[in-house]
Parts: sequence; C-alpha cells; structure tokens
Amino acid sequence: MKMVAAAKLRRAQESAEKGRPYSDKMNNIILNLSNGISDIDNAPKLLSGNGEDKVHLCVVMTSDRGLCGGFNTNIIKKAKLYFQKILDEGKTLKIITVGTKGYDQLKRLYGDNIIERISFKESKNVNYFDAEKVGKIVIEKFDKNEFDVCAIFYNQFKNVITQIPQEQQIIPLKTSEKEENSSEDNYEFEPEEDEILSNLLPKNISTQIFKAMLENSASEQGSRMSAMDNATRNAGEMVDKLTIEYNRSRQAAITKELIEIISGAESL
Amino acid sequence: MSEEYSVEIVNPEKSFLSKNDVTEVVVPAFEGEIGILKDHISIISFLKPGIIKIFSKSGEESFYVNDGIIEFKDNNLSILTSLILNLKDINKEKISEIQKSAEEELNKSEINDQEKYLLDQKLEVLKSIN
Repeated sequence: MKMVAAAKLRRAQESAEKGRPYSDKMNNIILNLSNGISDIDNAPKLLSGNGEDKVHLCVVMTSDRGLCGGFNTNIIKKAKLYFQKILDEGKTLKIITVGTKGYDQLKRLYGDNIIERISFKESKNVNYFDAEKVGKIVIEKFDKNEFDVCAIFYNQFKNVITQIPQEQQIIPLKTSEKEENSSEDNYEFEPEEDEILSNLLPKNISTQIFKAMLENSASEQGSRMSAMDNATRNAGEMVDKLTIEYNRSRQAAITKELIEIISGAESL
Repeated sequence: MSEEYSVEIVNPEKSFLSKNDVTEVVVPAFEGEIGILKDHISIISFLKPGIIKIFSKSGEESFYVNDGIIEFKDNNLSILTSLILNLKDINKEKISEIQKSAEEELNKSEINDQEKYLLDQKLEVLKSIN
C-alpha cells in the first residue's frame, strides 16, 4: 500500500504543481481588477461581502478513503476550532462537507449544521468540473443570502511528511496581500470592469476550490504513504518478535520431549 | 525590431501551451473578436466560446475554447480557460459530445439570457468546425 500511495503521490503532486499557475494567474488578474475598481461601494458582493457577518459557511474538504494517518483528523481539528469560535460569538454555522470521511467525523457533533455533503468517490482523478460543481453550489447559496462569509478547509501539501491544515476565506475575498507593483498599470477593460469582475469572481471561487482539492489529494497520498510506511515497519518489527517467540516455544517443546525420553530410558 | 511576443495558455490542470514567437493572436472576446499584435495596450477581457488563432513564425494554430479570461501586459499574453482543445487533435465524436451537452443545457428552463447567448454561440462555433 505504501508503494501504491507513492506512485499515486507522484501523480497527485505533479498535478498540484501544474495547477498552480492557473490559480496564481487568476489571483493576479483579480488583484489588478480590484485595484482598478474606483467605486468600492458598488463592488460585486462576492468581492466585498454583503456587509454582514452572521452566518458562516464552512466547506470542509477531506478524503473519501481512510488509512491515511492524521490527514482527515488534522483538517477536522482545525475546522472544529473555527466552528467553536463562530458558535461562541453567537453566529450561525453551516457546513458543507466534501469527501465522506469529513462527514463521518463531523456528523456526531455538528450533524445539524451540515447542510450538504458532496463526495467525488467515482471520479478517479481530481478534475476541474468537480470543483466547479462545488463552486456553483456555494455561489447559489450566496446569491440566496443563505450565508455571509465562506471559508474552506483543506490540507496544504508541503512535503511528504508535512501537510499543513489551512483555513481560507473565499467570500468575501481577502485582498490584504496586495502587491505594490501591480497597482500601477492601467488596463483597458472590455467589457466594463464591474462586468468582468462579476464574471470572474465565481470562476475564482471554483478555482480556489480546485486548488484546494489538488493540494488535498497530494496531501492525502503523502499522508497515506508515510502512514503506510510506518505501518509496514511496525508490522515488520512485530513479525520479528513473533518469529523469535515461535522458535523459542518450538525449541522448548522439543527439549521437553527429549528430556522425557531420556529420563524414561534412564529409569529402565 | 522584432514583431514577436509571448503567449501562455493555462487551464486548471496544467500549462497548456507557451510560445515566445507569436506575431498575432486572435481571440473570441465577449464583445467580438480581438486581434492582438505586439505592443498592444494592457487589456483584460473575457472570452466566449470560439476559436483562438495563433500566428507564429512556425505556422498557424487554432484552438477551440469554451470560455476564458485573457490578460495582455508588457507583451505577455495570458489566456486562462477551463476547456481548450487543439483543432488538430479534435475528432468528430468529441465535438458532438460537447454539442450534445450544450443542447441539453439549452433545453433547461432556468437559464438566463446571457447563458443562452453563450450556449448559442457555442453551438454555432461547434457546427462551423464540425
């Protein structure tokens, strides 16, 4: 299983790396656009939020399969901290789980808060259209004013041993990391900025979710690989110990039999 | 002075194409086709379904795109798209597959004018290459 995970990891890691330029470019364009917007008050709601902060929607992304060490538990732990904070502040919490394992772990404590659960068990590889589905659900709910703030939870892949659980707010979009040099350019927009932005932002949400899914799948395989590596090693140690015990008890039985024969022969 | 600039096409899965020797790119922008030559003013625009044509020293290439955003800046053209197909590799089955799903989408009741417009465009383009 370690070998399988290692092979899958390579592929997942590759696609995670290949996916980065898209989301980076998307981010850049949105930064440029939002800098270009003159009228902040009229900015699309997906960018600036709807001014309220009462209902939080959390998209918790986990794996569909187990046996991957602390992978799911780490995300859930991070998410639970956030949930607790939200509930302590007296706000409403809504949860969407992506992946079956997350639902399994959350249903006992937060079963009532889960409004939707999505699983992509059938899809073999992470693909953009799955991410778009999740994005559409999120946007639909936002348009219906079902929540004010949306955050996604996933594991960021750093290396095989380290995966960092992440919390990322996608609605309203956080543009705190503005790059100084990018604000200077004057772009020509066709059609108008607002129109581009309102078309682009839903796409950006899908893209962010897709990025999270890619990172997640790489993390899952990495986590599984190290978990299975440990399991193989532990099992090997156990086999060694048991072999020694087996040999010893066999030897003991032989010795006992010999003693019986010898002492029987002596007594004659 | 050379007349070339660079273009990069990325889709969510990977960087699809990157070229340094293009002389002109024609993209199906939302409000009509745009041809982009070197030293075009910085522009951001989005695409409707259509054909991207790339002219370079090494020849001409055409791609079908579903949607996308383009950004042109400092003689770098970035095209972000969710679905892109090289017209050379495309086969009839693939086209009719996309065509079918677009038709299904079009028959749904709850679509707005803009979506309808985009889908109509898509079908038109698909028909033209089929």
